[in-house]
Amino acid sequence: MISRRDFLQVSMAASALYGASGFGNWAKLAAQQALTQDQLLEFETFGNVSLIHITDIHAQMKPIYFREPEINIGVGANKGEVPHVTGADFRKLYGIEDGSPSHYALTYNDFSALAKEYGRVGGLDRVATVVKAIRAARPDALLLDGGDTWHGSYTCHHTEGQDMVNVMNALKPDAMTFHWEFTLGQDRMRELVEGLPFDAMGQNIFDAEWDEPAAEFKPYEFYERGGVKIAVIGQAFPYMPIANPGWMFPDYSFGIRDSHMQKMVDEVRAKGAELVVCLSHNGFDVDKKMAGIVKGIDVILTGHTHDALPEPVLVGETILIASGSNGKFVSRVDLDVRDGQMMGFRHKLIPIFSDVIESDADVAALIEEQRAPFASELSEVIGQTDSLLYRRGNFNGSWDDLICDALLSERDAEIAMSPGVRWGPSLIPGDDITREDIWNVTSMSYGEAYRSEMTGEFIKVILEDVADNIFNPDPYYQQGGDMVRIGGMAYAIDISKPQGERISDMTLLSTGEAIDPSRNYAVAGWASVNEGTEGPQIWDVVENHIRKQGTVSLEPNTSVKVSGL
Amino acid sequence: MDFTRRETLVIGAATAAVVTLPMPAMASAVDDAIAEFTGGADVSDGGVDLEAPEIAENGNTVPIEVGAEGASAIMVLAAGNPTPGVATFNFGPLAGAQSAKTRIRLAGTQDVIAVAKMADGSFAKAQKNVKVTIGGCGG
Repeated sequence: MISRRDFLQVSMAASALYGASGFGNWAKLAAQQALTQDQLLEFETFGNVSLIHITDIHAQMKPIYFREPEINIGVGANKGEVPHVTGADFRKLYGIEDGSPSHYALTYNDFSALAKEYGRVGGLDRVATVVKAIRAARPDALLLDGGDTWHGSYTCHHTEGQDMVNVMNALKPDAMTFHWEFTLGQDRMRELVEGLPFDAMGQNIFDAEWDEPAAEFKPYEFYERGGVKIAVIGQAFPYMPIANPGWMFPDYSFGIRDSHMQKMVDEVRAKGAELVVCLSHNGFDVDKKMAGIVKGIDVILTGHTHDALPEPVLVGETILIASGSNGKFVSRVDLDVRDGQMMGFRHKLIPIFSDVIESDADVAALIEEQRAPFASELSEVIGQTDSLLYRRGNFNGSWDDLICDALLSERDAEIAMSPGVRWGPSLIPGDDITREDIWNVTSMSYGEAYRSEMTGEFIKVILEDVADNIFNPDPYYQQGGDMVRIGGMAYAIDISKPQGERISDMTLLSTGEAIDPSRNYAVAGWASVNEGTEGPQIWDVVENHIRKQGTVSLEPNTSVKVSGL
Repeated sequence: MDFTRRETLVIGAATAAVVTLPMPAMASAVDDAIAEFTGGADVSDGGVDLEAPEIAENGNTVPIEVGAEGASAIMVLAAGNPTPGVATFNFGPLAGAQSAKTRIRLAGTQDVIAVAKMADGSFAKAQKNVKVTIGGCGG
């Protein structure tokens, strides 16, 4: 008799052979300039259960450009492993032809040229079309939202998440977990969660006072689909009060809590779960480690680190699905569950090419309804760009270079710091920069741009601290962001060293002099996690700067020297 | 990220201090405490459960839980604190479970260690690294 482990591996091999992951097929079709919606959605329904996964939308309701990272370094056991493979290596790994739509969707090279050819991606009206098509084939498919949904745009900020709640409700998700949602503040968060027509979950969302599961969030829920008793366990972002301002949600505590996760898995299995799905906002490497520790999870739908992978990653008998960000992708996972066991799977990462996938009229109208009160503010053109503006990458992105330039000049600082977040769409050369575009890369509930004095020694402490949040070889100590972006200063980083020894050669760019550990420097930054931070909002700082520039033109950033790869 | 507030500066300074601390001095204080608890007996790994966050949400109050089936006592040490000793929990013969939960203060990133005296008089330990960080840049 074939063991379950063998079966999964056979199925995986078959996927690769026949392109049943849906990947090789559309890459070839697109190369023939024959990409259609039917081909993007083509999927031979398999088994008895379908999962639809979308995550990290960051309030992007309309189609956008989104450039994937060039630099995404894996450390420790994840060195050179997906998702830490980019560009040509990524295309080679998955058999993607150069210049194909999958090249455009999944890698960074030639982004501006391919963006002109293949157009924008995402848009929740297009996502609605995809969800409906999957539900047409499998009416009881589960739609699961991995969180970071109610954050990231002008309208989301001004409606405190209501615009996204309204539009997502129209898509009828079954469950959701959370991260940036908590930065709306715990009162608003509770208000929105109470009104949700679906399950709000996170087994690791605890009451901070009593260190026991928080009453407002379910650890898990059961769903009977295709005759299968499915348990979905939620896992919110573990480092919320550390990476984001804890004072905005003081009643809650998080953490990975993998032993509690094991307890939940055992509990749902004891209650008869035949399939255990974890809807996670851990980040890919954290989920990968957790999959090796917690026994009995069949599928982890990962989120947070914004990785898009065209094939599942297998850890033991658990499959990990990574579905990208900003509404750019939807994953469909079909499963064959028999006798209380997952016997096989079929998976497809569906890229939401907005020019190929039709708009759903109802959801499009609903989106316009959310935007209408803000139409004139959103569409105001602030400037133009001659450069590709993007954010993703471990050390810098051109959007962040522009934001740091704005901080240096508008706040009269010597050094600027911009947080290494992974959200924020791209703009291509020749694009107008609208107010909406600026808010897409800056909006948050703690956007005040501070200006303060820091010693050279303390700046190094900050860089060392943030670097260890990314390059600690143990994924459980990684918070899933990128390196803090620095303006006005160069430095070298050896990622292979321990905390305290990674950063060297800090140089003030305006003078070319080495940073003096004992001297005070004027530092401007934004997104402080501390309560009571004062300063103008970052989007106003950036808007003023771009207005003065008229047309933005950025030189490549060469101020970070990376070694120890 | 903002570093204007005093408490952040204090955390930052603590983080920096740990990096440069003369570790051997610390290690010996921990070794001494363990030796005193065990009377110099061998300490094996395993059989002790130690729950602690990987990254502390607040270094001033870090929830931890220790347990070891059948243990008569469990000692908890914070290896990087100026005074490593945290607590020793003693379990009488009528104790329903040999586990305890408390909150501890950590001066910086360090190992938390639990050493249990088992029913047969042997000793076992578990340890976990708890990171105290400035944070603020996860995204």
